[in-house]
Amino acid sequence: MHNHTIATLRKMLDAKEISSVELTQHYLKRIHQYQSSLNAFITICDETAIAQAVEADQRIHQGNAQALTGIPLAQKDIFCTKGIKTSCGSKMLDNFIAPYESTVTEKFLQAGAVMLGKTNMDEFAMGSSNETSFYGAVKNPWDLSTVPGGSSGGSSAAVAAQLAPASTGTDTGGSIRQPAALTGICGIKPTYGAVSRYGMIAFASSLDQAGPMGKTAEDLAIVLNTMAGFDPKDSTSIERPKTDYTAQLNQPLKGLRIGVPKAFFTEQLDSNIAAVIQTALRLYESQGATIHDISLPHNDVATAAYYVIAPAECSSNLSRFDGVRYGYRCANPKNLLDLYQRSRSEGLGMEVKRRIMMGTYALSSNVYEACYLKAQKIRCLIRQDFLDAFETVDVIMGPTSPTTAFKIGERSKDPIAMYLSDMYTIAVNLAGLPGASIPAGFVNNMPVGLQIIGNYFDEARILNVAHQYQQLTDWHLQTPAAFK
Amino acid sequence: MILSDQDIKKIAHLARIDVSDEQVTALRPELGKILTMIEHMDSVDTQNVAPLSHPIEANQRLRLDEVTEINQRDTFQKIAPNADHGLYFVPLVIE
Repeated sequence: MHNHTIATLRKMLDAKEISSVELTQHYLKRIHQYQSSLNAFITICDETAIAQAVEADQRIHQGNAQALTGIPLAQKDIFCTKGIKTSCGSKMLDNFIAPYESTVTEKFLQAGAVMLGKTNMDEFAMGSSNETSFYGAVKNPWDLSTVPGGSSGGSSAAVAAQLAPASTGTDTGGSIRQPAALTGICGIKPTYGAVSRYGMIAFASSLDQAGPMGKTAEDLAIVLNTMAGFDPKDSTSIERPKTDYTAQLNQPLKGLRIGVPKAFFTEQLDSNIAAVIQTALRLYESQGATIHDISLPHNDVATAAYYVIAPAECSSNLSRFDGVRYGYRCANPKNLLDLYQRSRSEGLGMEVKRRIMMGTYALSSNVYEACYLKAQKIRCLIRQDFLDAFETVDVIMGPTSPTTAFKIGERSKDPIAMYLSDMYTIAVNLAGLPGASIPAGFVNNMPVGLQIIGNYFDEARILNVAHQYQQLTDWHLQTPAAFK
Repeated sequence: MILSDQDIKKIAHLARIDVSDEQVTALRPELGKILTMIEHMDSVDTQNVAPLSHPIEANQRLRLDEVTEINQRDTFQKIAPNADHGLYFVPLVIE
C-alpha cells in the first residue's frame, strides 16, 4: 500500500478499493514502527488524522473528492497548525500550540488531505543535516549512520522510508532540494511568492519558500496544485492566474534547451556524482534536448552573500522570541534584560545563536555597507547571471549537492563544511527562482540528486522535464531495503 | 577577520543572547571562519550595482482600509508564559 504514488492512491480511493481510514492507519502504523530508528517526526497526529480520514471518506462517498481528499501527508513542523504543537525543531517552541493555521496547512485541510504528523527539522530551519533539531538528529533511511539532509530532513526521511506518500518542506538555501537529493526523493522549491508564507515560521523572509516533497514529479505537481496560489495574508505573495502544474507533464523533451553551468562542476564536486549527472544529461540529449554550456560567474560568491543575508534576516525575525508572549521563558528572571537574555540563550540552540549573532554583526552600523549592502549587490549580480542564462536556455541542470549523504557528526563541528553542502542550491534562493531535485542514480549505494532550475514561475516546465526523465528511468522507484 | 572577545560580547548583548566566557572562546574561531568566507565577497566589483533586497521586484500591495482582524487577546494570552487579566507579566521595569 505504501509503495503507491499519490496519483495511484487517488484512483484507488475513488474506485473504493481502499478507504482513507485504512490508508491513514497503515501509514500511522509505519510511522510508529520506525520512529525510534529514524526520528522523522516531532508530533504524530493519530487522533486528528483518523478523524480527518473519516471525513475524507465521507467526501469521497458523496462524490466531492478533490485531488488530495483522503491522501495522508506529513507536514514540516514549521507550519503553524491550530491546536497542534508547532515547535520548529526548537526548545523555544517546545510548548507552543499554534493559535492559528498557516495558509499552506489550511489549504490542505480544505482539500480534505490527512495530516499524519509534523516532521522533524533543523532548529528554525537552520541547518543542512537535521542535526540542529532540539528533538535529535533524523537518520537517513538509506544508511542510518548518515544524515537525511536538512533542514527538511524529517520530511525527506519520511517519504524515503515510505512513512508518508508526500510531505512538505521549506527551502531558504536548499532545504527542500538537498534533503530530497540525499534521500533519493523528489522535491521542488517554487518561485519566491508562489506559495504563501503566512503561518510559516520565518527564518529569512526574502528567501524562504515552501514546496512539496514526494516520490515522483507528478506527485509534486499534484501537491503543488493545492499548496500554491495568491494569498492576501502574505504581502510577498504574487498575484497571478492559477497554474495547473500537471498540465504540461506529458510534453515531449524534443527541442528542450538545457543549460549546464561550468561553475557547478568544480573540484569540490564528487567526481562520481559528476558522472551520474553527465549520464542524466546524455539521456536528455537522446530524447532530443540540446545541452549548452552556460556561465554563472557569481555562483562562487553566492554562499558568502547568503551567509550575510540569511543571518541578517534571521536576527531580525527571531527577535520576536523574547520569553514574554509565547514560547520558552527562563526560570526566576532577575530583571527584564535577564528575562530576554536567558530565555533566548536557554531556548535557542548554538547554530541558531551563531546565525543571530552573525546577522546582528552584519547589520551593525560600522560594517553594514561592507557586509549587508555588499551582499545585496552581489545578490543583484547573481539574479542577473540567471536572467542572462535564461535568454538562451529553458532550464538549467546540475548536481543538487556536492556529495552524497555524509555521516552524522561529520560536519556538525565545522559550520563552513556544513554551509558548503548548499553551494549549488543557494544562488537559486538568492535569485528567487524555482528549482527541483530528482533522483538520478547512486554512488556507493547512496542516492544522487539532479537539480533542475527554471525561470520565474516556470515550475510546470521543471516538473514536465522531471516527469519525462522518470518515464525513462527508475531511480525514483528505488526504496531503501529496510523500509520496503 | 577576527573578532575580539569584547566584540563578541557586544554583539551577543545587542542580540540579547547570554554567552559564557567558554562560549566566547568557542565562537571566536567559528565566527572568524565565517567572516573569512564572507570576505570572499570583496573579490567582486559591485560599483554601480543596485542592492537587491527582494528577488521579485514587486510593489508593496495595498489593501482597503478595512478591519480584518478580530480581537483574540484571550486566545493569544493562553499560550503566554505568564499572563493574566489581559496583561503580560515581566519583572519589574520601573521602581
